[in-house]
Amino acid sequence: MTTEASGFLATLAPAHRSRLLALAREVSFPAGVRLFEEDGRADRFWIVRSGSVALDIHVPGRRTAVVETLGEGELLGWSWLFEPYRWHLGARARSALLAAEFDAPKVREACVQDPGFGLAVNHGVAQVIARRLKATRTRLLDLYGPPDTGAAR
Amino acid sequence: MTAPSAVPLPYRVVSHRDETDDTATIVLEPAGAPLPPFAPGQFAMVYAFGVGDVPLSVCGIDGNRLTHTVRAVGAISSALRALRPGDCVGVRGPFGTGWGLPEAAGDDLLVVAGGIGLAPLRPLVLAALATPERYGRLNVLVGAREPGDLLYPAELTGWQADARVLTTVDRADERWQGDVGVVTTLLDRASFDPHSATAFVCGPEPMIRATADDLVQRGVQPDRIRVSLERTMHCGTGHCGHCQLGPLLLCRDGPVVTWTRARSLLLVREL
Amino acid sequence: MTDDEVATAVLDKDGLDALIAVLVARGRTVVGPTVRDGAIVLAELSDGADLPYGWGVELEAGLYRLRAREDGAAFAHSAGPQSWKTFLHPPRVRQWTALRGADGALVMTADASVPPSYAFLGVRPCDLRAIAIQDRVLTGGMYSDPAYVGRRERAFLVAVECTEPGATCFCVSMGSGPAAGPGYDLALTEVVDGDGHRFLVRAGSAEGESVLAELPARVADAATRTAARDRVAEAADRMGRSMPLVDLQVLMRETLTAERWDDVAARCLTCGNCTMACPTCFCTSVEDVTDLTGDHAERWRHWESCFDRDFSHLPTGPVRDSSHSRYRQWATHKLGTWHDQFGSSGCVGCGRCIVWCPVGIDITEEAHALNREWESGAAEGTR
Repeated sequence: MTTEASGFLATLAPAHRSRLLALAREVSFPAGVRLFEEDGRADRFWIVRSGSVALDIHVPGRRTAVVETLGEGELLGWSWLFEPYRWHLGARARSALLAAEFDAPKVREACVQDPGFGLAVNHGVAQVIARRLKATRTRLLDLYGPPDTGAAR
Repeated sequence: MTAPSAVPLPYRVVSHRDETDDTATIVLEPAGAPLPPFAPGQFAMVYAFGVGDVPLSVCGIDGNRLTHTVRAVGAISSALRALRPGDCVGVRGPFGTGWGLPEAAGDDLLVVAGGIGLAPLRPLVLAALATPERYGRLNVLVGAREPGDLLYPAELTGWQADARVLTTVDRADERWQGDVGVVTTLLDRASFDPHSATAFVCGPEPMIRATADDLVQRGVQPDRIRVSLERTMHCGTGHCGHCQLGPLLLCRDGPVVTWTRARSLLLVREL
Repeated sequence: MTDDEVATAVLDKDGLDALIAVLVARGRTVVGPTVRDGAIVLAELSDGADLPYGWGVELEAGLYRLRAREDGAAFAHSAGPQSWKTFLHPPRVRQWTALRGADGALVMTADASVPPSYAFLGVRPCDLRAIAIQDRVLTGGMYSDPAYVGRRERAFLVAVECTEPGATCFCVSMGSGPAAGPGYDLALTEVVDGDGHRFLVRAGSAEGESVLAELPARVADAATRTAARDRVAEAADRMGRSMPLVDLQVLMRETLTAERWDDVAARCLTCGNCTMACPTCFCTSVEDVTDLTGDHAERWRHWESCFDRDFSHLPTGPVRDSSHSRYRQWATHKLGTWHDQFGSSGCVGCGRCIVWCPVGIDITEEAHALNREWESGAAEGTR
């Protein structure tokens, strides 16, 4: 397991990073595998080592809409940290995937046992959520769409 | 003889290619004397007969030929988009600051484009690809609304041989294999040393702000982030006053400015 | 140089008539102040009788009245509704024409009409500075504006120093008056006292000297020289307005988010009168017209105001939508960012924008208010 810190892991101090990684196991998935479904139990999460994952929502008549993709270094899943611990999106591997997989109840337990570690993990996840919220709001602007008032020039 | 900054020179359209539903790329050739040479990042005022002229960045420079990608957003740009080979236009220029690629010698290059913002960056990418020994790693990060809105898709694929080319869209269709999300997320996978990197950013203003802020957070110096800004322009020569952004006349002091200069100006509402 | 080192002379009223005649004889269109429609306007003069002898003006924010003067002075009035930009940077100019041939080929041709060879009589020091400022804007950069250059190069400037500032004048604050700065061909100072009605005159160029040589002038006497100097010095002490004694460029830069802009926006009608009356405002828009055949097009340029909502139009809409932002653009450009763009202030202290504002907005009052807000730290968050 590499200890190089990038993406989500870079938000954690080295001691907290090691503590978290001690709870990980390396996993791989072939392309096309569904990692979780909307409303499924959020009992695991991953840090992507390589490959790409699509987050999606099922929309009847529109097939499955991909709302965001995640890649190397990124945290896959945060619903495991908040009750009711259910995924609010689905996730599917778009390519062969290598990831560090975590058992969510164990990590939550570690957070309770060591409040300093718990705060760091919560802080790191909050940063991920904030960043994705900012990105989503930017996309809400539909910046590249046609201008509303195609007036004079 | 009148300066070509004041009165347009005639150019003829030699090719036209539709890029998207509302965007086309036209190649212009001088019908007589050519304008002085353009640098990547500079713009021309392109005149549609009897309708008017608009500033268009050069997206290709080939001898005396000028290539422009134009999006139909008003009467003039619609007239220009509808041009066909053989049609004539008037062109004034070159105007404005260029990207200043040579000043980035030795640096890793980050080219970040949103939507039509890829057009002014294209000649920069081509220049960097033509002289790879002068620069570090070349990254081309492109965001678009939908897969069908990506400009120059075949070229983007071709550039992959010598550059890290990453694309992302706001809305994917079933066939899209690239990323989905804002262009800043691509920075995670770009290859660059933030302490010796120069970034060139063009797109809608909120995209420029988000990208430049992200780059600064990653350690890129604000002086090494160059952004291309847009304001309305009537003259190109610094005389009409329309393109003011605080202390800047963007036709003269821009359109390319450093993030050091641009940041505080873009934060003032309605400046 | 002092008056004593420069060839100075004295003209009487007949000499002024002769000046106009000499300039006309040299093929010039002489433009100067004259009374028309209840105002002192700038128009073509055929002889000295057209000058506003015996007229002064009463000025206040949003107020302009002619007032008869007993001394019969010709130049005892301050800025009127127009400025010389009307002639040097006209409201409408045809820049070029385009012809489309049978094969679709275009031929664009610069407008070749030869502008008049003007002589401006009665350029006040503030307006002389304004011309120098427009020179820098329209000819001082990488590109020169051909329409302006053609008119400006031919123009002969007769400055008249200011001895009767108005209540809205603040040229002393802007360093542009009441004495004439450089740039004139001839400069006059009007003196009316017990020794008579006369004009001290000095030349500022070779052509000025040659014109002066043709005039019925007498050598300047010490009394007239002293009287002229004193009248101008006294005028400096009688400014009706002043700017705060701070670096206005810095003040404008540091108060972009001041609350005062909301206050002025509540009064401003965004009519653009100030920009039309201002002797340095230079902004223009272009329009393209075609004739009925569709094969002949013209490019026209006309004055534009940054108070117009479409001035900052982008495909997504105007950048400066609120009146708040449009007044701020005008004032901060005039007093602040003009320095960044053109190396000087854009304001000469003529007071026209105050007089011709229909609601009496006073740029000096706004600058003082911004300075008070800045000094009180209320605008702290803007830094």
